[in-house]
Amino acid sequence: MKAFRYIILFLFFGLLIYGTSDLPYRGDADSAMHQQRSTTNTPVAGSYFIQEAYNDAATPNMVTVVLGDYRSIDTFGEQVVIYTAGLIVLLLLRRERRKR
Amino acid sequence: MRRKMNSPIILLGSRLLSPYIMLFGIYVIAFGHYSPGGGFQGGALLAASVLLIRVSGGRLVSRLQISEFTLTPMAAIGVIIYFVTGAVAVMMGGYFLDYEMLPFPGMEPAMIRYYGILIIEVGIGLAVMAILIMMFDNMTRGEDYV
Repeated sequence: MKAFRYIILFLFFGLLIYGTSDLPYRGDADSAMHQQRSTTNTPVAGSYFIQEAYNDAATPNMVTVVLGDYRSIDTFGEQVVIYTAGLIVLLLLRRERRKR
Repeated sequence: MRRKMNSPIILLGSRLLSPYIMLFGIYVIAFGHYSPGGGFQGGALLAASVLLIRVSGGRLVSRLQISEFTLTPMAAIGVIIYFVTGAVAVMMGGYFLDYEMLPFPGMEPAMIRYYGILIIEVGIGLAVMAILIMMFDNMTRGEDYV
């Protein structure tokens, strides 16, 4: 039974290695994710973000512009999630002094 | 049982180390535009510097730095800073969190977006710091961690 587990593990390992063999090379300008138009001939949002991030927000760090400007509502949701987690810890673990 | 240990060496070492961690946290928040970092990471660093004093100094010392009473309002203020930034943009006639509409007179739209991102990063850092310290305080409530 233990050999069966290892067989499944190595089958998954081989499957993942086979999956990575089809990925494009790093820095390949001709790969699909670096094109400005997708395969269905619609504009790709990522190339717009890469090209216009500095002109839109005057910020050299592209990740900050995506996190704080283009996807700012998503970041607001993350902050509300953290705030809610803190409030739940406060409500569950707070011990009040018993008044007698 | 927990063994109580009151060592001045540990308190002195953490007092020496804590301001530098706090300064690095402020640096990470303020330089998120130019280097890796931002509100979440900087808030975690600020919380680490405060928690170092809390672990090493105990309740009597840490009450002098930031008391437990002020942490819940600080977390709420951090969320409110973010929301008000978006709501002001709506009131000035733009979309929600559209920083170009913020009322900074005499500035290019790109620079207004720059400062809008900075404002919300400060709000995120404040909320993350307050909530991490608040979790620690609530989990160690009732036992004096000296």
